[in-house]
Amino acid sequence: MSLTAVLIVVVAAVLIGAFGIRVSRTTSDFYVASRTVSPLWNASAIGGEYLSAASFLGVAGLILSFGADMLWLPVGWTGGYLVLLVLVSAPLRRSGAYTLPDFAEARLESMTVRRAASVLVVLIGWLYLMPQFQSAGLVLREITGAPHWAGGLLVAVVVAVNVLSGGMRSITFVQAFQYWLKLTALAVPLVFLLMAWRAGGGPGLSPQDAATWQVPLAGGKEYALYSTYSLILATFLGTMGLPHVLVRFYTNPDGRAARRTTLVVLSLLGAFYLLPALYGWLGRLYAPDLVRTDAVVLTLPGRMVGGTLGELLTALVTAGAFAAFLSTSSGLTVSVAGVIAQDLLKGGVRSFRIATLMAVAVPLGLALQARALPVADVVGLAFAVAASSFCPLLVLGIWWRRLSTAGALAGLFVGGGLACAAVLVTIVGGPYEGLANALLAQPAAWTVPIAFVVMVAVSFLTPHRVPPGVGRTMVRLHTPEDLDLDRGDWRPRSS
Amino acid sequence: MEYLVAVAVAAGLVGVPALVLWRVMRGRRELGTSPAERATFETLHTASLAGPPLRAGLTADGAERASRHLRALLGSSALAITDGERLLVYDGAGEHHAGQAFEQARATLKDGRTQVLAVDCDLLECPVRHAVVVPLTTDDRVVGTLAAYGPHASAGLVKAAQEVAGWVDSQLELAELDRSRTLLMEAEVRALRAQISPHFIYNSLTTIASFVRTDPERARELLLEFADFTRYSFRRHGEFTTLAEELRSIDRYLTLERARFGDQLQVTLRIAPEVLPVAVPFLCLQPLVENAVRHGLESRNGVGRIVIVAEDGGAECRISVEDDGLGMEPDRLRRILAGEIAPSGGVGLANVDERLRQVYGDEYGLVVETGEGAGTKVNVRLPKYHPGVSAR
Repeated sequence: MSLTAVLIVVVAAVLIGAFGIRVSRTTSDFYVASRTVSPLWNASAIGGEYLSAASFLGVAGLILSFGADMLWLPVGWTGGYLVLLVLVSAPLRRSGAYTLPDFAEARLESMTVRRAASVLVVLIGWLYLMPQFQSAGLVLREITGAPHWAGGLLVAVVVAVNVLSGGMRSITFVQAFQYWLKLTALAVPLVFLLMAWRAGGGPGLSPQDAATWQVPLAGGKEYALYSTYSLILATFLGTMGLPHVLVRFYTNPDGRAARRTTLVVLSLLGAFYLLPALYGWLGRLYAPDLVRTDAVVLTLPGRMVGGTLGELLTALVTAGAFAAFLSTSSGLTVSVAGVIAQDLLKGGVRSFRIATLMAVAVPLGLALQARALPVADVVGLAFAVAASSFCPLLVLGIWWRRLSTAGALAGLFVGGGLACAAVLVTIVGGPYEGLANALLAQPAAWTVPIAFVVMVAVSFLTPHRVPPGVGRTMVRLHTPEDLDLDRGDWRPRSS
Repeated sequence: MEYLVAVAVAAGLVGVPALVLWRVMRGRRELGTSPAERATFETLHTASLAGPPLRAGLTADGAERASRHLRALLGSSALAITDGERLLVYDGAGEHHAGQAFEQARATLKDGRTQVLAVDCDLLECPVRHAVVVPLTTDDRVVGTLAAYGPHASAGLVKAAQEVAGWVDSQLELAELDRSRTLLMEAEVRALRAQISPHFIYNSLTTIASFVRTDPERARELLLEFADFTRYSFRRHGEFTTLAEELRSIDRYLTLERARFGDQLQVTLRIAPEVLPVAVPFLCLQPLVENAVRHGLESRNGVGRIVIVAEDGGAECRISVEDDGLGMEPDRLRRILAGEIAPSGGVGLANVDERLRQVYGDEYGLVVETGEGAGTKVNVRLPKYHPGVSAR
């Protein structure tokens, strides 16, 4: 039955991709059609694309294994939007940039910084895609016993075909629907699980768990405090550097709508992340013996409810998980492929096709080869890279006039480079002993400050490399659109 | 297994930046092997470096950036450039002669002839002993001078100075050409704005008049649409607008046209809401829709169907305007777009095409699919982000 659910989701995705949603309207209802995307729809679309396998499966698994400390993951993944709301969303929208490299070019007026940003976008995208494919493998093995590479390959192929056929590009309504599908797929089974828990007499945690598992920093992990702070820093600051999230802000008509969208995202994600925490807690009660804890969400309905109803609920959760893989992966693939095609290849349709294959094949290869880390941890590493490269670029770029081209470049290079190196060492080598393990598995606490310091220091040393149009750019970024003032005129380029 | 991953990841990490670097460096690879070839390429390369700064005309900033390369071309000890009123730059040895440079240029500025002067200098080691002053001209007018300084005023230096001055002249003329092209562009946009066809105004008002008695409420609505339409089209500020605004204006235009033609004009719009905030050049779609309406109504059965589509395509937005009219011979269309023959009505396609290319580059021109009796479909691609382009 679960297999049927997966097939339905996959076929639906392919059909939507192949035929698109073709709705024609006549002029009489043109105004209905021309209505810009409302913040609620846009926020749902962001949620739909953002809630990946890590949120859907990984969080509950990590909470089951490590307890209360891991609650910071969903908190941080939501809280990142608070930082985004306060510091970035409206100015970013006003900059007119569609992607992160666009912003780098608009603010720093330099093709070199643009290229550096492109490379980082690609690396972050790959790092984020890899665990999606791994989780797909896990889920498919869980329900059919297929080899672990089958699920990843299936998702990769569906995404590649979809993106290549031009479908699922970024249709807001499709992605918005995905959010509500994922919410339903977790919420409905949870109601039944809680009913089963009540019917079973509502057991509580074992005394040992109550003393350690549910108490913060009591899990006996080494350097737990450092890891927690590092995690908070990575997730709070990394959200703004995710390529597939930022492109959605372009759909807002102005800066104010961008802020509103972010606010709605905050509440949508807040609501969603209550669910995995509950799954983790139920998992601790009913399935503490799981080896691969990422599967806890899939296992619980079968264990606790059982029978046909249990199978139905498992099917629903599985469908939600595959929807999560497909929506996040296709959003990321489109973003990564767009950047590869435009900035690293020649541009045009043919480049986009090659870029799509590159965007899917590299993380798929990594997913098949790399050691199996918990999915939420790998996604956390992608956040750490984003936090130590794009966060300084965006925050300083938007709020500091004296950021120079050389400073931005040095910061991206040092911050992004150090974080990438730590990630690489962790994924390939690891696990290590003691402090080294903590520093490498959660690099944000040292890479983010280093990136900021380097960016600021080098900017102070190279005042002549401050872009000449900075005053005009700052006016553009910070004045509301309805204010009538001179933002500078466009002139045809003279050569 | 893990080593394989390490190698793969490292290859990715190193490979991507390497690819970028390679693409940058490829353009700089040395060409040629024999000394003569290399000298030629070096000279050409120096000239190509000096060219761009001069393209902004004879300015202090441009002259300063070009002077180093020009001095390399001349092989002189020092070099000075003046415009008609002051010294723009003095580059090279003997900085203390910079004060005299404009005085030395005065005679050349007046009569436009090359002068060879001896320069007095008390310093023994100063290489500046002679000056060759040559005029810089555009359109037979002396606009400045170029002076080369050296220990001797050899015939070679004079010749070289004249040749370099001639080369600078051609760059300045190109600058002039660029400037006039820009002015022309701006004039064309202004002309296009005023280009609501008189027929359209006349026809709209007549149509509205016909409703005044029978359906006063509709007449009032149409009149307001007409007012809004003209206000948008006559707007004076801003080179760009959003696609939403442009489409709103098109909708007003179509409302007026449909009041006139009734069922003869059938319009379908399919607009992806994601692309509405895209910044587009002001009035870049309006002329396409006007064309489509005109051609659509010329079709055989007298019913014109028009389809306007705006789709999201990742980093760009794709718009098409299609009619089922008589179409056009592709060859004739090509000549219209190339500006060889004037189209029957208005500035239209060629102007839009030219403006799109001017703003976004040549790969973003109009793509037209048409044939005799097969209708016409005009495709426009617009990047969502382009440096300097913003709707507000």
